[in-house]
Amino acid sequence: MANTAHADHAHDHHDHKPHGLKRWLYATNHKDIGTMYLVFACIMFFGGGAMALVIRAELFQPGLQFVDPSFFNSMTTMHALLMIFGGVMPAWTGLANWMVPMQVGAPDMALPRLNNFSFWLLPFAFTLLLGTLFVPGGAPAGGWTLYPPLVLQGGDSFPFTIFAIHLMGISSILGAINVVVTILNMRAPGMGLLQMPLFCWTWLITAYLLIAVMPVLAGAVTMLLTDHFFGTTFFTASGGGDPVMFQHIFWFFGHPEVYILILPAFGVVSEIIPTFSRKPLFGYESMVYATASIAFLSFIVWAHHMFTVGMPLAGQLFFMLSTMLIAIPTGVKVFNWCATMWKGSISFETPMLFALAFLFLFTIGGFSGLMLAIAPADFQYHDTYFVVAHFHYVLVPGAVFSIMAGVYYWLPKWCGRMYNERLGKAHFWLSVIGVNVLFFPQHFLGLAGMPRRIPDYSTQFADWNMVSSIGAFIFGFSQLLFVAAIWNAVRSGEKAPQRPWEGATGLDWELPTPAPYHSWETPPAANILPKPGH
Amino acid sequence: MIERERANRRLTLRLFGVALAAFAFGFALVPLYDVLCDITGVGNQKNLLKASVALSHPDETRTVTVEFVADLPSVGNWEFAPVVTSMEVHPGRLYEVDFVAHNLTGRDTVAQAVPSIAPGKATAYFRKTECFCFTPQSFKKDEQRNMPVRFVVDPALPKYLDRITLAYTFYDNTTRTAALN
Repeated sequence: MANTAHADHAHDHHDHKPHGLKRWLYATNHKDIGTMYLVFACIMFFGGGAMALVIRAELFQPGLQFVDPSFFNSMTTMHALLMIFGGVMPAWTGLANWMVPMQVGAPDMALPRLNNFSFWLLPFAFTLLLGTLFVPGGAPAGGWTLYPPLVLQGGDSFPFTIFAIHLMGISSILGAINVVVTILNMRAPGMGLLQMPLFCWTWLITAYLLIAVMPVLAGAVTMLLTDHFFGTTFFTASGGGDPVMFQHIFWFFGHPEVYILILPAFGVVSEIIPTFSRKPLFGYESMVYATASIAFLSFIVWAHHMFTVGMPLAGQLFFMLSTMLIAIPTGVKVFNWCATMWKGSISFETPMLFALAFLFLFTIGGFSGLMLAIAPADFQYHDTYFVVAHFHYVLVPGAVFSIMAGVYYWLPKWCGRMYNERLGKAHFWLSVIGVNVLFFPQHFLGLAGMPRRIPDYSTQFADWNMVSSIGAFIFGFSQLLFVAAIWNAVRSGEKAPQRPWEGATGLDWELPTPAPYHSWETPPAANILPKPGH
Repeated sequence: MIERERANRRLTLRLFGVALAAFAFGFALVPLYDVLCDITGVGNQKNLLKASVALSHPDETRTVTVEFVADLPSVGNWEFAPVVTSMEVHPGRLYEVDFVAHNLTGRDTVAQAVPSIAPGKATAYFRKTECFCFTPQSFKKDEQRNMPVRFVVDPALPKYLDRITLAYTFYDNTTRTAALN
């Protein structure tokens, strides 16, 4: 109690913040910027979700019902770009902004003004991207992978898309630099790297991945741009270039990118499972090393996305085996999470439910990934709905569920009020049922040979497509409950205590609730720092 | 505090350096890709480039005579002959000629043409982009038909060569024919 009173006193002194629009436009506070990132990600999540519902509505039955094929292709392309660059990545940056300074005992991010800049690039990037829906030729329709020569044949949307991707790239590189500097330089005195919560560890590694590969994507799209407008022939065979080279460069970025989307999820789950099992995380150090080895392996597996382009046998074997190697550190992680729960005193609040669903469903996505890694089998699965099912299993119940788990977990600390547990559980059960009805049948469709990115299909695929579409609408609309749960908590939730979860440990839970505007103005005392390898 | 700000600035600049290096690395992948292709021989860039140059710049000032010869291992079972016996061609341009074959064996059969180019020095400069000799040809009893071959003479053909002979021998493919009957 004394702690809280002291914090209230500090509150009066230091919480001078500009009001109204200026607070957000000129924001340099890590919590304000984190909130903006999360709200932005939520808007993009619903935008991309609406596009997904257009896709599933069209695929509800065979034949062309609602949209013309070119617009359908725009929807698949824009859905991917919005969800990856507008939804999941900003959501992780938002969570990092909120939690990293609180968890390492820093008053704020290391580079607050850069932080402001990296957020405010995003609305401009997505205005450019969404603006292409209204230009002649329509929005980009060649797939988010932007393969030439198809992407070069797009309409006026092409340069807008390229510049939007440049802006998103700059934004996430700046965000990543900020996280690295904060974690390496701003830790509380006496706090070693191996005392950090795993969310900080996974984000540190993610940030290095971002700094290493986002510039490579920027290079690849710049080459597309000069091929289209300035007569270079990087990807044009008639000038000595090679369109397959684009795929190599793109996936050199693309494979680390999928770990950028999932590594912070590992961090969030590694915090939630110990809390609700009331046990310390099993194998803390092996978690850190497993994350680092996954990050390293992500640089040498890219060509498994393109087995079918023609590759020497030695190349196929190398990429097949290195891909399968990733199963080892991932298996270590899954084992550690299970071992953490073993003989734990488990309770099933909403964050834990989402974390458990992550554990089950992400592992299913991992297994279908192993199937795709088998080069000779991949020739059958390539570009079918099996691939769609695979990456949605790792991204939706993988990345998105763990973002939601993190939001439910830390929301009481952020706003000082509890969410409604009944609302949270309703959201969870509808989501987990919806997501499985939505994506599980897509495995069957893919194995039966249904290609991805098509607006119409043969009639033998009709039944499972209908099931999948029903799941999509259940999942999509149940996300309104997520917004309702947050709104309800912020407006009228019960007051939360300083440590709302019995088993929660770490510096973030040592702060008063709600977290003060500036986190650790005086560094935390040595006796509340987490123990090494906790 | 000043100390920490200096450290922050140093680390930030270093990380910017890494990002710039990564951007440069994206472009460095282009020559690296060619090097890797050279080592492994996949998608041989040099040959592709040569082929595209040969096709886009025919040498109009030079004329080479190409003669066509058709041969049969045994007389009586087949009729096999070129539609024209010779052609004047410019190196670097794509041409097409037909050979005509007539199955007189009295049964359904499969035959295979085996090409030969004379003089031997010219072989490396005579490129067939499409040829009936690439695959076994199946013929119904008494069937007669034209079979195309497309070719380019490389502009790099040595100056002293002005005449090339393309000869085919048409063999009955006995194992495939046996499988057919």
